[in-house]
Amino acid sequence: MDYINLFVRSIFIENMIFAYFLGMCSYLAVSKTVKTAVGLGAAVIFVLTITVPINFLLDNYLLRPGALSWLGAEYASIDLSFLSFIMFIAVIAAMVQLVEMIVEKFAPALYGALGIFLPLIAVNCAILGGALFMQQKDFPGIDYAITYGLGSGIGWFLAILGIAAIREKITYSNVPAPLKGLGITFIITGLMALGFMSFMGIKL
Amino acid sequence: MAQEINNKPEQNAEVTNEEKEAKRKAMVLFLSDSEERESLFSKRNKKLLSDPLDDDNPITVQVLGICSALAITVQMEPAIVMAIAVTAVMAFSNVIISALRNMIPSRIRIIVQLVVVASLVALVDQILRAYAYDVSRQLSVFIGLIITNCIVMGRLEAFALGNGLWRSFLDGIGNAAGYGLILIIVAFFRELLGSGKLFGYEILGHKGVTMAESTGLYALGYENNGLMLLSPMALIVVGLLIWVQRARNRKLIEN
Repeated sequence: MDYINLFVRSIFIENMIFAYFLGMCSYLAVSKTVKTAVGLGAAVIFVLTITVPINFLLDNYLLRPGALSWLGAEYASIDLSFLSFIMFIAVIAAMVQLVEMIVEKFAPALYGALGIFLPLIAVNCAILGGALFMQQKDFPGIDYAITYGLGSGIGWFLAILGIAAIREKITYSNVPAPLKGLGITFIITGLMALGFMSFMGIKL
Repeated sequence: MAQEINNKPEQNAEVTNEEKEAKRKAMVLFLSDSEERESLFSKRNKKLLSDPLDDDNPITVQVLGICSALAITVQMEPAIVMAIAVTAVMAFSNVIISALRNMIPSRIRIIVQLVVVASLVALVDQILRAYAYDVSRQLSVFIGLIITNCIVMGRLEAFALGNGLWRSFLDGIGNAAGYGLILIIVAFFRELLGSGKLFGYEILGHKGVTMAESTGLYALGYENNGLMLLSPMALIVVGLLIWVQRARNRKLIEN
């Protein structure tokens, strides 16, 4: 039951975009058409599901105070948490590179679809944000980290899919000229976020 | 024989002079990327500072760095601390990348940039934890997210990789100031309308339990707009800011 609760929370209540504004840059830049939005969204789900558990292991067995105690009692007092930013971003950049190479080799069709979006993901705040929130939430086991990564990825995917569909329609609407493009997108995102707030308090 | 010996030091002196001149030129090129001498605050350099405030604002025009910006604009204080942190990171990372620009192989430049930025951010984070612990707790993960703040990476890619040290430094300061300006405007409206305070001081009067106990505007029946404290309003306030800016500056309108 815990898993379902965490899963639903990370998709709807703690949505990466609507609650924390993470990954807004690529969200605004790549949401002009539904097709590209689906590509980027799928890549984000993929990378979040992989990097959050890896960073969880790194955090628990290397970085946090006392994490090195598996090496022996004398290492138990070492606190490497000041290295977490560099370690997390290095893992993310390396994983993105690795995933890109694996996908290119074994699934050329998927590679064609994700294409230019994969390298972009290394600098997507949602990925690093997922790792940092994971560190803050202090999960009891790696299964929770996987659930959280998958859930927040799906939440991000839903958000970019929704805004892309609305932006495709809104090109035919009569928006005041200074508000066209960026301005109206911000306001629509705000209204969507208000909608998502109605999920608040749901507990399974 | 004696003449030859006498000549040698002279030749050497000439060579070193030429070398010196070449070195000086290389240094000038390295620092400012144009051979003409330019004052530190020439018109061209001043533009680097003033453009990002309005015409080329990183948030409302270049659409960079929105990610970590909006979540911390509920109050003025964290917004200002965030603006200062981003200014420090941007200025120094621009300078470092600009100094290394001829040595970084272009294939791995993203990773090099990430490492430079991540080290600077870790430094800022440790300093904040030491000297401003409360604010640092309030900003939580958002200090760490400066690493992937597109504004830092975007300016490194677009500017620091192709320009000299001084100009990159100015570009970093200018863009961070443009970013900070938007943060502060949004935080001003959200804190003033949402909780009737600025920097934690009650400037619209004190709100008591009953109307009789209240002072200032609250005595007249004014109520705070709690909606402003919710995250969606940050997006809507930025949307309205963009509207105002583009209505004033019509060349920015998108088609």
